Parts: sequence; structure tokens; C-alpha cells
Amino acid sequence: MSRVLSYVEKDTWIHRLSGVTKLVFFLLWSVTSMITYDTRVLLVMLVFSLWIFKASKTSWKQVGSVFKFIMFFLFLNVLAIYVFSPDQGVKIYGTKHVLAHLAGNYDITKEQIFYELNVVLKYFTVIPAVLMFIVTTDPSEFAASLNKIGVSYYIGYSVAIALRYIPDVQDDYAKIKRAQEARGIEMSKKAKFMDRIKSTAAILFPLIFSSMDRIDVVSNAMQLRGFGKNKSRTWYSAKPLKRNDRLTLAFTVIFCAAALIITFTNGGRFFNPFT
Amino acid sequence: MSEAVIEFRDFSFRYRAQKEPTIKNINLRINQGEKVLIVGPSGSGKSTLAHCLNGLVPFAFPGEITGEYSINGQNPRKLGIFGLNKMVGTVLQDTDGQFIGLTVAEDIAFALENDCVEQEELFKRVEEAAEQVSVKELLGNSPRELSGGQKQRVSMAGVMVDDVDILLFDEPLANLDPATGKRAIALIDEIHKKRKSTIIIIEHRLEDVLYKDVDRIILINNGMIVGDMKPDELLSTDLLVNNGIREPLYLAAIRHSGAKICAEQCPQHIETMKLDDVSETVKKWFHEVSIPEKPVSNDVQLEIKDISFSYTSKKKVLSDISFKINKGEMLSIVGKNGAGKSTLANLICGFLEPDAGQILFEGTDLSSWSIKEHGEHIGYVMQNPNQMISKPMIFDEVALGLVVRGVPEDEIKERVYKVLKICGLYQFRNWPVSALSFGQKKRLTIASILVLDPEVIILDEPTAGQDYKHYTEIMEFLKELNEASGITIIMITHDMHLMLEYTHRAIVIADGNKLTDDTPANVLTNEAAADKAYLKKTSLYDLALKCGIDDPSEFVERFIWFENQERGNG
Repeated sequence: MSRVLSYVEKDTWIHRLSGVTKLVFFLLWSVTSMITYDTRVLLVMLVFSLWIFKASKTSWKQVGSVFKFIMFFLFLNVLAIYVFSPDQGVKIYGTKHVLAHLAGNYDITKEQIFYELNVVLKYFTVIPAVLMFIVTTDPSEFAASLNKIGVSYYIGYSVAIALRYIPDVQDDYAKIKRAQEARGIEMSKKAKFMDRIKSTAAILFPLIFSSMDRIDVVSNAMQLRGFGKNKSRTWYSAKPLKRNDRLTLAFTVIFCAAALIITFTNGGRFFNPFT
Repeated sequence: MSEAVIEFRDFSFRYRAQKEPTIKNINLRINQGEKVLIVGPSGSGKSTLAHCLNGLVPFAFPGEITGEYSINGQNPRKLGIFGLNKMVGTVLQDTDGQFIGLTVAEDIAFALENDCVEQEELFKRVEEAAEQVSVKELLGNSPRELSGGQKQRVSMAGVMVDDVDILLFDEPLANLDPATGKRAIALIDEIHKKRKSTIIIIEHRLEDVLYKDVDRIILINNGMIVGDMKPDELLSTDLLVNNGIREPLYLAAIRHSGAKICAEQCPQHIETMKLDDVSETVKKWFHEVSIPEKPVSNDVQLEIKDISFSYTSKKKVLSDISFKINKGEMLSIVGKNGAGKSTLANLICGFLEPDAGQILFEGTDLSSWSIKEHGEHIGYVMQNPNQMISKPMIFDEVALGLVVRGVPEDEIKERVYKVLKICGLYQFRNWPVSALSFGQKKRLTIASILVLDPEVIILDEPTAGQDYKHYTEIMEFLKELNEASGITIIMITHDMHLMLEYTHRAIVIADGNKLTDDTPANVLTNEAAADKAYLKKTSLYDLALKCGIDDPSEFVERFIWFENQERGNG
């Protein structure tokens, strides 16, 4: 089974950071990137993101397919912005430099290109941070982190337990699919689209039933070992905050505050190179 | 007299959804430090009794309790499931499903985490518990990197970490190969001696549990206790056989010979049993029984030629496997969990492609066939019928393979009815699948394969988790099928009884290699081969030697033949 986008144990300073630190970083970083359209801030963040990504020694194989998937959505997003509001850039920056005229009220303007460039930049400042967070954070430590920042441990644990059983369910799926194929249910591209949808039902039906059995066993096993007894619980895999964590947290808070201050002292969320 | 830790007085329990109580008027006392085995056929109420001890009844499975019961002198109904957890630790039968943590260490720590034990203490106690069941080197591993036996050890550590004084094992042998099961029993015994805990084992595989001493056996049937005595006493009665529990094979053989078994012979272990008064009778019986020759076909149906396979480039799962299977054979492919036998079945069914080698079906190379084409000649029946059944109605489920092949409706009806008759499901043809029992569902999945008229069917663990009665039902059905229609049946199993009683040939796979290809009797009387394949030599072998029979393998053959005859006569 492929192991795309899952935690891989490596020894870097990023891996050694506590999950809480990484979670806080990731959240503040994303919020900042979402708020600001200041190109200068975004560029600095981009450089940081890339550096962090590199420092986490993440290999292309781990994230490549997901990255391509995100790129596809980015492309759709950029296209959609242009189709639905071709003058967004002009509205924001207050000037209009037409580079070419397409059709109707569809012009290609410098302002629009610049605006959409900022959108792309935003994506690129967040993507490495997301991917880094996912591949360097041990899922059970993540559950512990969520609990630490105040989220109920039921939620944290359901994430961890899902991760625990996803491979098993994938195996079940593969097994069931083969057995059904042997009975003659065509799942390859040879079959018509509607037939394939119907055939999928022939796999999902048994899969759901056998997963229900599994859920039964797990929930009994968890109850028998005292899950849900107390309001809180401790975590074997929680990492205490160390010096590096405190430094990272301090840096994150200062950096994000500074980024927002710079953004808003300009008088708006946008950096305007046209005036 | 030592202190009672568990006491039931006129205790009954009825599940909310059921009319009749599942447990009826039970009186039972278990003392501190005892090791007790609870046996009973499926549906006898033994699991429900276990659930009463760990609190799943009535807290997770509600119902009505009458009578009294107490655990450590306290009322379980007042303690609640969490209060009971502190006293009774349960190891469930599903080694995989009960593994909750993402790593071994986290799984062991789970109960302590829920008790808010501080992290440092967690590390210490997890390590201690892991040491007790020797999984310390595996603390960082994920469940997928462990074998079934290792997972079970982790589960044991996970309950012992909590210092419970009653350990409850719910069918600990169900998912393990014989040798791993034997080790599990030895480990339980070791824990019992070291920790002086009270141990309760629920199982129907009696002979395997008795590998190590137990203090008492409690026999349950129809929700009532029908026997509560020392093993030696119980084994010398016919209570076990009458209540659907298979007695140890060596005792069955002695009984067949006409000799008597009594408690004074210490029948709990064949190694130490006193056989002076029976050995002559057994020997005489051995010489009287003779097996008629059975005609064997010589037409090769399936030929496996130098097959090798690996999932990743690194480690070979199978290397250079070759064998031939003749038309109409009923044979078993055996070996420990993870030896590569399921992979081999997947290759034969065309689910996987070999890295090297050929599979020939009646002389034709199969490599160019699609999975669908494979399915028309070689049917595959999965272990868990719930993973195969995809239609809510019985008729539709069997018809599925024909419908997708575009067979005309009249013909479908005719063929489905015919197969349903063969499988004894004809009277249910218009019923929903959900009305069937587990064994009937199994037959339904077989029917849905048979309807395609394959020449070969492969069954993955056809009897896993079944008690003796259901085991016999399924296997007798397959035997009749094989004899009546001449279909070739290949079974993947680690059930030694199955291979011994229902197959005439066993292909043993160990660590990806073909170890032997011989009669089951020979395999199970050959200590070296049995060890390597994680099987266990049969107790019949020891009996034969102790009675001075010089051909133990032949003794086993004759015993099996005789038993089959007896079964045939009802």
C-alpha cells in the first residue's frame, strides 16, 4: 500500500519539535497568509516556507502526488477568479493598465495579473507548511497536541484511531475488490461508467459491513480498557515543550504579528505597486 | 479454602432483544489464583458469561439480570464497566481489532493513559509490562509490522499493565496457527505462575488449551453449567462429546478402540497419561482397522511451475514453488500465518502476477487471462463471508456472477436453484441474507461461486472460528460436494484437524518455500516438518508410540478413516 502523505520518522530539528508547536505554527502561519495580500510579506513567508520544508528533509515521493493535486486546484481557482471577476485587480489597486483585450469585458490587465500572482503566492506559502506539518508530526502526538490546546480528547483520539485503521480498511477493500472481480464484476476502464458505479456498490456494501464489525470490536476494546472514564487523559507520546519549541513559538508569534502590522500600516491588506 | 473472587448465585441474564435468557440459573464460584477453562459450543452462552465478568454485559449489551453475582466481593452492577476494568483484564479474540494504539508502546499504555497516569510513570510501567511478555524490542513498531502472536502478546501486556488480578482470555487461540497458539498457552501459564492472578480462559479448542495444566474445566451448554470438575475427571466422562466439544484426539482414539478412560489414568496430558491398561486394546484395534484403497485420478488439472513472487523488490514472499494438483483432489495448503499461503492462492486466482514461473490450467498458461476469466474456472471463497456478500437477497447474491455475464434470465433461475439445492439453501431462496446464520452465509458464498461452474475452488480458512458442530457441517458439505461433482477443492488453512480429517494431501509452505508435499498424517507425525511450518505434531503420534505401535503415521490414517466412517453412520 502506498504511503503517501503519512508520518515518516526522521531525525531533524523539525521532527523533534512538539506537535503543539508545529500545530500553533501551522495555524498562525496559515491565518497570516490568508489575511495578508502584501506581496513583500508573502515573498518573505515563501522563502521561510521553502527553507522549513527543506529542513524537514521531506522527499518528493512523500508529497508529490498530493502536490500535483493541489496544483490542479490552484489552477482551477486562478482560472475561476478570472472568469468570474476579471476586474478584481483593477478594483483593488484603482488603476487599469490593459495589456491585451480578449472579448467582451475580458481584458488582461497588469493589476489582475498581479492580484492573481498574490493568490498563487499565498498558496505557495501555505502548501509547504501544511505538507511539512503532516509528514513530520506523529499522529498520536498530534492527538496529544490537540488535547493540550483544549480540544476534547475524543476528537484527537478519533483522528488517531482513523489513522490506525485506514490501512486495514484499505486492505479489506483490495481483498473484496479482487473477490468481486473474480465473480465477474468488471472494475477496469473497459466497463461503462454507470456500470462501474454500480460495481463499486458491490464492493462498498461488504466493506461497510465488515468495517462495522471492526468498529464494534474496537469500541468494546476501548471501553474495556477505560476509554472515556475521566474528563482528561495523559498521553504516552506527548512531547514536553523544550527550548527549541519555545524559540519557535516566540518566533512564530513575533513574525506573524510583524507581518500583519506591516500589512495594515500600508492602509489596507494589499500592497500597491501601481501608485 | 481460599477466597472466592467470582461468585454467581442463581444467576440469569437475558439480552434485551431476546425472548429467552442466554444464561440460565448459573451457580459458580471461582477462587483467588485459580486457572479455569470455560468450554462450550457456539451459542452456549460462554461468551456472554465472559461479558458478565468484564462488564460489557450489562453496560454495553443491555439486558435483564436476575440472581446475584459478585466480583471481589463487590456488586458489578454498582462498579460499572470502568470499575470492573480495574479488577478484570480482558484479552479479546480478535488480535488485530483490539490493537488500538499506533505503536506497541501506545497500545500497552492505553489503559494507563485513560487513568491519567503521568508520562514518566507510563514509560516505566509500559516497559515492565512489555518485558513480561517479551515484546520490549517491538515497542516502537506499528501493528502492521507484527505477527498475530505478537499482537496477542501486546494485548496481554496492555491488560497486565493495569495490575488487574483477574485475567480473562476470550478464545485466545482463534486467530493463531497451532504452534503460536501453543506458545500463547505457555505464556498464559507462565503469567499465572508468576503473578498468581486468577485466570479464566474461554475456548472450544480443548486439546490445545490443555497443553498446560488448568485447575478446573467448566462446561457450558444452552446457558447452563453441565460440568464443573477437574480436567482428569471431566475427560473420563462423555460429557464433552455429548455437548459438542471435541475431546482430545488421543482420547477419542482410545475410546474407539473400546478401552475405558478413567481419572486415575491422568488423561489431561498424553505425555504423562498412564496407558498400561489401554495400550494393548489400542494396538489390537490398530491392526483390525484397514482402509480400502481409494481410486485417485491422474489427470493434472493445475500445475504450478517454479513460481516466485515478491511485493516489494526486497524480500521474496514465495520462491520457486512447484507442484501439481490432480482433478478431483481435496487438498490443503498449510503453514504458519504469513508464510505466503494466501499469496499463493492469490496467484492461482490471478489476483496477483508471479515475478517468475507459470501456472497451467489443464495445460494452458494462465498469464494472459483476466481475473474474470480466472473466476470462471477457479473460484475463490474468502474467509469472512461478510466480505463477499454484496446483495441483500439470497437469490440475487447467487445470481450476481451470472447476471453480470449476461446469462439469460431463465437459465439464471435454473442454475441458481440447482446450486441452492446442492448447498441446502433452496428453502431460503426468497429470504434476505441477514436471516442466515454464519455457517449458512458461508455456504451461500460457496453457492455464489459454484454457480459459475468452476472446475476448482479455493477456500481461505473455511472453518476459522467455528466450533466443532459447525466445522463438521461445513466440511461434510465440502466433502460431499467433492465426491458428488468431482470438483477440485483447495483449502488454505492452519487447522490441523481439517487437514488431517478432510484432505488427503498437504502442501506445506514455510518462509516462502515449499517444505513438503505429503499426506497430512505424515506431515503431522514428522516433528521437524511440523515445527518448521508452525504446526504441531498430533497427539495421536504420541499415543501410537506410547502404545508400542511402530508406524504412527499409519495409525493416524486409520484413526481418521475410522472417525469418518463413524461420522458417516451418524
